[in-house]
Amino acid sequence: MREGEPLILWDWTFNHIPDIWHRVLEHMELTGIAVGIGLVLAFAMSLIIRQIPALYSPVTWLAGVLYAIPSLALFALLIPFTGLSIATAEIGLVSYTLLILVRNIVTGLRSVPPDVREAAVGMGYSQWQLLWRIELPLALVVIIAGIRVAVVSTVGLVTVTALIGQGGLGALINQGIQQFFATPLVIGAVLSIALAVVLDGALVIVQRQVTPWARRTA
Amino acid sequence: MTNATVEFRHVSKQYGPQGAVVDLSLLVPAGDICVLVGPSGCGKTTSLKMVNRLVEPSSGQVLIDGVDIMSVEVTALRRRIGYVIQQIGLFPHQTVADNIATVPRLLGWPAHKTRARVEELLELIGLDPARVRHRYPSQLSGGERQRVGVARAMAAEPPVMLMDEPFGAVDPIVRERLQNEFLRLHRTLGTTVLFVTHDIDEAIKMGTRVAVMQQGGHLAQYAPPTQLLLYPANDFVARFVGTDRGLKRLSLLTVADVKVEPCIVARVGEPARIAWTRALEAGTNYVLLLDRADRPQGWMRVEQLTSDDPLTADNVDASSPLVTFETTLRDALSMLLASAVQTAVVIDERGRYAAVLTLDTLGVAFRSDEATTNAERTAREAERVL
Repeated sequence: MREGEPLILWDWTFNHIPDIWHRVLEHMELTGIAVGIGLVLAFAMSLIIRQIPALYSPVTWLAGVLYAIPSLALFALLIPFTGLSIATAEIGLVSYTLLILVRNIVTGLRSVPPDVREAAVGMGYSQWQLLWRIELPLALVVIIAGIRVAVVSTVGLVTVTALIGQGGLGALINQGIQQFFATPLVIGAVLSIALAVVLDGALVIVQRQVTPWARRTA
Repeated sequence: MTNATVEFRHVSKQYGPQGAVVDLSLLVPAGDICVLVGPSGCGKTTSLKMVNRLVEPSSGQVLIDGVDIMSVEVTALRRRIGYVIQQIGLFPHQTVADNIATVPRLLGWPAHKTRARVEELLELIGLDPARVRHRYPSQLSGGERQRVGVARAMAAEPPVMLMDEPFGAVDPIVRERLQNEFLRLHRTLGTTVLFVTHDIDEAIKMGTRVAVMQQGGHLAQYAPPTQLLLYPANDFVARFVGTDRGLKRLSLLTVADVKVEPCIVARVGEPARIAWTRALEAGTNYVLLLDRADRPQGWMRVEQLTSDDPLTADNVDASSPLVTFETTLRDALSMLLASAVQTAVVIDERGRYAAVLTLDTLGVAFRSDEATTNAERTAREAERVL
C-alpha cells in the first residue's frame, strides 16, 4: 500500500461497479456449485451410512483429514492433474464441505426420536417413506444448520481460489495485493464478509419457512 | 372392515439363549379387548409386536382371521393394524390432521374421504376440529396427544388394534378419563384390541379377557377378569392380582348382575293398618314407604303402623342408600357399610322403587360364580355363535 493513500478510493469504486458486481456473482457461483455438489455427495454418503452405520467413523475420519489439508497446499497438489481450472477449485471447495455436511445430515437423521420411528414403521411406512416423510423433514433443522456453516466457510475459501485464476472476490483482493492498492483489497474483503452474512441470514429465513413446527415449539 | 380374530399358535421368541416368549398359544375372539399383563420382562410387549411383525417369532404362527401373518406383505399387514405406543410417537413435523391421516394416505384414500374421516375422528375423541386441526403435537396437552394417537391408529378402521401401555404416560386422573373414553369408543366400534399394561387394575378394567404373563415369557392364565379374580390359576397369578381381589371383583359387577329382592312397601295416602297387615303376613318388621310416584321415602317400623290414618312421608324412621342397576357392587357395598340401614333401595332410571339390595345378597353374589359381567355374557354368546 502506498503511503498516505486512503483505504477506499470512492472514484475508483464507482467506476468499477459492474466489475465488482461481476466478481460478486462469480463468488456466489463458485460457492453455490461447491455447496451444491458437496450436499449431493454428503447426502449419498449419509444414506450409505444410514444403511451401514459402521461406516460413519471411517467416513468422517477421511473427511476430517481432507478438511485439515491447508487450502493452498490442496490446490497446488491438484494442479498437476486438473490444471488451473474450475475443477481444481471446486474439488478443493467441495472436499471442505463434506465433513460438516455428512456430520450434520447423519446426526439429523439419527436425531429422530425412537418412538416416532417405531410408530411410523408400525403403521406401515416403508424404509424409503420413513426416510423421505419422517427422517428428512425432522432432520432439516440440523441439516440446514450444517449448510449454513458450509456456506459461510466456503465463501471465505473461495477468495483463495482466485490464486488459481478462478475469479470471485478473491480476484479483487489479489489485485490489491499485486498493485499495492488498498481499495480493491478492502472491497473484496468487506464484500466477502457481507456475502457470508447475507447468505447465512437467508438460510435462517429458509429454515424457519420449511420447519414451521420447530418455530412454534419454541 | 369387519373385526378379526387374532391367534397365537405355539409362538416362541428367543433373544440369545433365553426365551422372551415361550410357547404362547391364545385366541382373541373378534371384537374382544385382550389385555396382556405381567411384570416387566414377561414378554408382553414382545408378544404384541409379533402381531405387526416389529418382532418376528422364532417359531410358531400368528394368525389374523385364520391367515398366517407371514404370508402377507409386511407394510400391507401393518396398515391394517392400528398401533398405539406409550410415548405415542406423533410426528412432530405434522399437524394433528396430517398425523391422523397417516394410514389413509398410505392406503391411497382420496383426499376428500381422508379429510372427512379426520374430522369424524376428532369429533369422536372429543377434540374440536376447528381448534386442533392445524396444531402441531407440541401444542397439545398430554391427554390430547394421547387421544390423537388413538385416533391416528383408528383412522383406516383397522380390524385389529395393538396398544402398548397407551395410557401409561399420563397422570391418573387423565388416565381414568382416557380409559373410559376408550371403552365407550370400543363399544361403538367393536374393534379387536390387544392391550399391554403392567397395571393389573387397568387390565381388569379394560379387558374382556386378560392374559397374565409370567417372567420368562410363560402365559400363566388367560381368562375373563372375574374368573381371574375368582379362580387364580396359580400362586403367581394370585399374588399378581393382589389380596384385594375380592374387592376388585366387586368393582366389575353391578347391581344388575345380582339377584335383588322385593320388599314390603307402603304408599303415602294408604291407611297405615293395611300396610301393617301386609307386613305381618310377610313376617317383616319394616316396610318401605313410597310416594305417589313410587319414589322411596324411607323405612317405617311396624309399630308405627297401628293407626287408621293415611300414611305421610313425615313418619319415616330411617332412610337407606339409593343405588341404580348400574352402580358397581363395590360402591354399593361401601354405601351399605356407611349407612345405618344395611339395606339399599334399588331405583330405576326415573327414581322409582325397583327392589332392595342387602349385605346378604352381596355376600351370596360374591361367593357364587354365577354372577358374571355383561361383557362376559356377551363374550360367551359370541363364542357360541362362532
